[in-house]
Formats: sequence, structure tokens, C-alpha cells
Amino acid sequence: MMKTKKPFFSAKNLTVTPYAVWMVLFVLIPIGLVVYFAFTDANGTFTLENLSYIKRYAETFWLSVELALISTVICLLLAYPMAFIIAKMPTERQGSAILLIMLPMWMNFLIRTYAWMTILENNGIINRFVGMIAQWLQIEFEGFSMINTNGAIVLGMVYNYLPYMILPIYTVLTKIDNSLIEAARDLGSSSVHVFRRIIAPLSVPGVISGITMVFVPAVSTFIISYLLGGGKTYLIGNIIENYFLGSSGAINYNVGAALSLLLMILIVVSMGIMNHFDKDSESVGGGMIV
Amino acid sequence: MENNVLIDLKNICVSFGDEQILKSINLYIRDGEFVTLLGPSGCGKTTTLRVIAGFQEPDSGDVIFEDKKINGVPAYKRQVNTIFQRYALFPHLNVFENIAFGLRIKKEKESVITERVTELLALVNLRGFEKRAITSLSGGQQQRVAIARALAVRPKVLLLDEPLGALDLKLRKDMQVELKKIQQSLGITFIYVTHDQEEALSMSDTIVVMDKGFIQQIGTPTDIYNEPKNAFVADFIGESNIVDGIMLKDCFVEFSGHKFECLDKGFAENEAVDVVVRPEDVDVVSIEKGMLRGVVTSVTFKGVHYEIIVDIGGFKWMIQTTDKQEVGDKIGLFIEPDAIHIMKKSEYSGKYGDFSSFSEEFDELSQPDIVAEESDDED
Repeated sequence: MMKTKKPFFSAKNLTVTPYAVWMVLFVLIPIGLVVYFAFTDANGTFTLENLSYIKRYAETFWLSVELALISTVICLLLAYPMAFIIAKMPTERQGSAILLIMLPMWMNFLIRTYAWMTILENNGIINRFVGMIAQWLQIEFEGFSMINTNGAIVLGMVYNYLPYMILPIYTVLTKIDNSLIEAARDLGSSSVHVFRRIIAPLSVPGVISGITMVFVPAVSTFIISYLLGGGKTYLIGNIIENYFLGSSGAINYNVGAALSLLLMILIVVSMGIMNHFDKDSESVGGGMIV
Repeated sequence: MENNVLIDLKNICVSFGDEQILKSINLYIRDGEFVTLLGPSGCGKTTTLRVIAGFQEPDSGDVIFEDKKINGVPAYKRQVNTIFQRYALFPHLNVFENIAFGLRIKKEKESVITERVTELLALVNLRGFEKRAITSLSGGQQQRVAIARALAVRPKVLLLDEPLGALDLKLRKDMQVELKKIQQSLGITFIYVTHDQEEALSMSDTIVVMDKGFIQQIGTPTDIYNEPKNAFVADFIGESNIVDGIMLKDCFVEFSGHKFECLDKGFAENEAVDVVVRPEDVDVVSIEKGMLRGVVTSVTFKGVHYEIIVDIGGFKWMIQTTDKQEVGDKIGLFIEPDAIHIMKKSEYSGKYGDFSSFSEEFDELSQPDIVAEESDDED
């Protein structure tokens, strides 16, 4: 509701403008383009046909969601105890523990994933090491086949995204007022009960952001599946990439855009469900918002 | 010691690192008593409370509860509940569930829980607040929920750690009355921690004045006010003029160049003592009739009375009078025998009770060691 005419060059407008321009240029217009391409054919006429490709790739979609879910669950199971232990450390040691968790993130994502290839390869570090032991024990060893499996992809996802789960959980855990824990103990809670009734519910916001921050990149990744899946496993990210950057015959922006749009809807819906849980918990806030 | 002693602390010592917080605390608390631990920040009062609650294990000494040693018994097994400084209500639970928290742990029947919570909400004047979110309550309401939550499990003792510190003055006064009423109607023991001497005087059966990890004095509010043991207590509880004196003989003391009759006995002849005279116990008279004579150096209107500072031979006295005086007036002072209280010399002698640099701010600043230790009381 505009009651009075404000000058266009007001301080408020000037501070908001760069942000607004940025949002329009790099968020709204690209999304608009995706939507446009998704609903048109190569000639630019309206069609719903692109969306029907979902049927063709339904299995791939499902596999992507499945692998991303498995990775998210594993991340959560690993990250929660880890975050809990760090949050309970003396304050001066918490900093270095968090630093250790962040340290690998300072290295390029691709390089780290390539490193896993050399570890998991058929004549990679693990197989050679186990082979040496086998030789020494004079046991026949054919080598584990680890690379190019769904397991390798999940490993890559867990390895790469684990810090994104640890950090938000750690943040909410450190924010829980110690006097709440003392109050619960005072009223008769055992340690297990304190965790179940106080710490766990109050850390829900952190868990929610952690899940979002792991699930979203995991479900749309194409690099991890490309490098560790060895082209044998196609995830939806790979399919989309192929429609945009594949060999000249395969390029079809319209289908790629349609699939991207569907993936985006999937992510938005799952985030919506997540946030719904978050509200139910009537959280004290905290955690990182994606 | 009487036989209805509920809690008995024996030679309790607690240190954090190199710093000794409690230095051999001996204290017994009777059943149904309202005891206040009073002292400046860092005096050890909160730590004493945490020792009783079971959050802090003493380095040495015994905590006796109903004739049983309870050292090492964790907080959740003690029949003692705490009301925390910042209430520590569970933000993810509503008012009902907060109060029901302890009852649910005891696996009470749902009907029993509902009945008890309703009863407690009535007790703390929060009828109909069951479904409200904690975050939607005002400070005073949160305070009441905290009280109800702690009382729900029917503790023998309620520990209150500066529970009214976060409330504004008016609300604080109301809550003081209400807390006292709750304590009397339930007949349970309250152990109350505060640095507010007025709060302590108006609510307590017994006041325990603490400083530097020692108990300075234990007594009823009137005892503590009228018969302070040393200069620290005299200064901490109310305003005091504390001057050096010589006890000439029983009931006869000399200070500020004049010999006074008093009521105190049992000192050695010519023993050096600290003399306490409360500002409200000094009568302003004409200069001829005065036992002491001085010049008014400052006058502050306080509503009920004037607070005037009088220079008597270089020592500044504070006097509260309803007669207006002007700065520069020469006045006489008259002190009745029962207005004079004699204390033995202590480590606090000479540190308190002179108003020569008096102002509200100076009063705070003149105790740097207390300010520096502020953080100790927080945890």
C-alpha cells in the first residue's frame, strides 16, 4: 500500500536495487528461461511433450532419490554423534575440531572425488594393499570391485556432503542452554531421557537444515556419479547434463529444461515437507538456512 | 542443633581451578524455613545452592539431607528442585507440558497430571494458560511457570537462584509477596539466593550473609540488621556509618571525640572496636544540644526523607532526616544508646561505612574485587 509518493532515489531503494537486480538477472530470468524451454519445442511452440520424458527416466529419477536418501541417512547417522561429541568438548578444542571437519572442503571438490577414484579403482590403493597382504598370506585375491558401483557413488556423496550435515547440527547443539539440561535433570530426567525429551527435539532445526543441505546437492549431482559410477550408473543429473552438454545429436534444451524443472519441483516439495516438520517442533531457531 | 534440621552442610569447600569459591561452609537449614543466601556477586552463594541441588560436587565436606549423606547423589535423585536464574523453561513444550515434565518422568496417570497442573496454575495465578507457548509469555509469567514446574514434583526443598532478577521493580515486589505466600501455604523449605538486601530482609526467616566464600553471619533479618557482626555485614545490609571507637568499659564507648552510653557488653577494657550507627537512628538537633557537631556537605531528597552527608571531624556521616537542611549548615547530632551497635574489629574494618566519596556510582566502584568476580556467579 503506497500512501505517499516516495522519491525513486531514496536510501531504501538504493540499497535494495543491487540485490533486486541480482535476483532478477541470476534467479528470475534463468528460472523463466527454464520454464520457457520446458514448455516449448525446438520451434518455440507450446508443448507438454517434454514433460512426458519423465516416464522414460522415471527409473533414473527414482534411483537418484534413492541414492540421495541413503547418503542423507548415512550422513545423519555419522554426523549427529560427531556433532554431539564436538559440542560437548571444551570450548577451546571445539574450534580445532570444526576446523578439521572443514579442512577437506578447502580442497577442490573435483580433486577430492578424483582421489577417491584412485583409492577405489580395481588396481587402486585398497586393492593393491589387500592384494599385498593376500600374497603374503598366500591367499588368492581377485580384488574388490568397488569403483563404478552405486556403493561408490553413495560413498562419494557421504564423503563430500558430511560436513554440511555436521555443521548445522553442531550449531544448534551448542546453542542449547545448559540450564535447560540441568532443569530437566533437576526434575528427574536420566541422561537418556534428557537427550530424548530436550536435546533431540531442540536440535531438530539443525537436523532439518543438514538434511536439506545434503539431500539437495546429492539428488542433483552428476559429477560424483560420473566419476565414481564410471558411466555405468546414470543419475538424473547426468541425464540433464547430457541434454545440455552431450554430443551434438543428444543436445535438447527443451527436454533438459523440463527435467530440470521436475527435479526442482521435487526438491521444493521435499523442502516444504521438511520445513513443515521444523515448524511442528516450534524450534528455538538456529541452524543454517539453505 | 534442633531435630527438624533438613539440610546440613559440613565444611563444604569448592574450588574452580586455583580459585577457592567456598571456604569451609557450615550451614544447617530447618524444615519449612525460608533461608536467603545473601551476598555480592562472586561470594559463593550460587555455588552453595548448586552444591545442595547436586549440580556441583564439593571438593571436601559433607552434604547431609534428612540425616543421610547425599554427596555423589545426582540432581535427579534429590528431593530438591531449582528455579533457575533465567527460568530455563523448555521452549519446545507448552505451559502444560513444562509443568507436567517432572510428573511424566514419574509416570503419573494422565488424570493425576492434569489435576496437578491445573492446581499449580491456579496457585501461580495462570489459570487457562495450559496451551500457551513459552515464547509468548512475559518475563513474569515465565517466572510463574518455572515456579509451578518446580513445585509439580512436590520437592521438600525449593532452591531459587535470583529468581526475580530479570523482573522490573514493581513486578519484583509483587512476586516477593507471592513467593512468600506460596512458601507459607505449602510449608516447604525455600533456599533463596539474592544480592538484593531488601528482598532478603522482607522475605526470609533466616538470612545467611556471604562474602569471599565465607559465611559472614547467620541470623534473622532483625538480628542481621540490628546486630551486624562486622563492617561488611553492616554495610551490605542497609546504609551504615561505621567509625572507629574505643570500648571504655561495658555500655560505654568513645568515638568521634565523644563518650556515649550504649547497650553492648563483653568487650575488653579499652578495646578498639567498630561502631555502627544507622543513618535513620541519628537525630538532628541544634548545635548546642548535639553530642556531635558537623557541617552539612550534601543534601539529597529521597521522597520519604532527606539524605544528608555531615562532616564530623573529617569523617563523613550519612544521616536520614525529615527536616530539610542546607549545605553548609552547622548542626548537632544526638544518638540514643540503643542506636549504637558495637562490633569487634575484623578484616573489613575501615573498608566500609565512610561516606566521604559517596555517590551511587562510587558505591559500586569502590568494590573492584566484587565487580571483577562477577562472572563466577553466572554459571
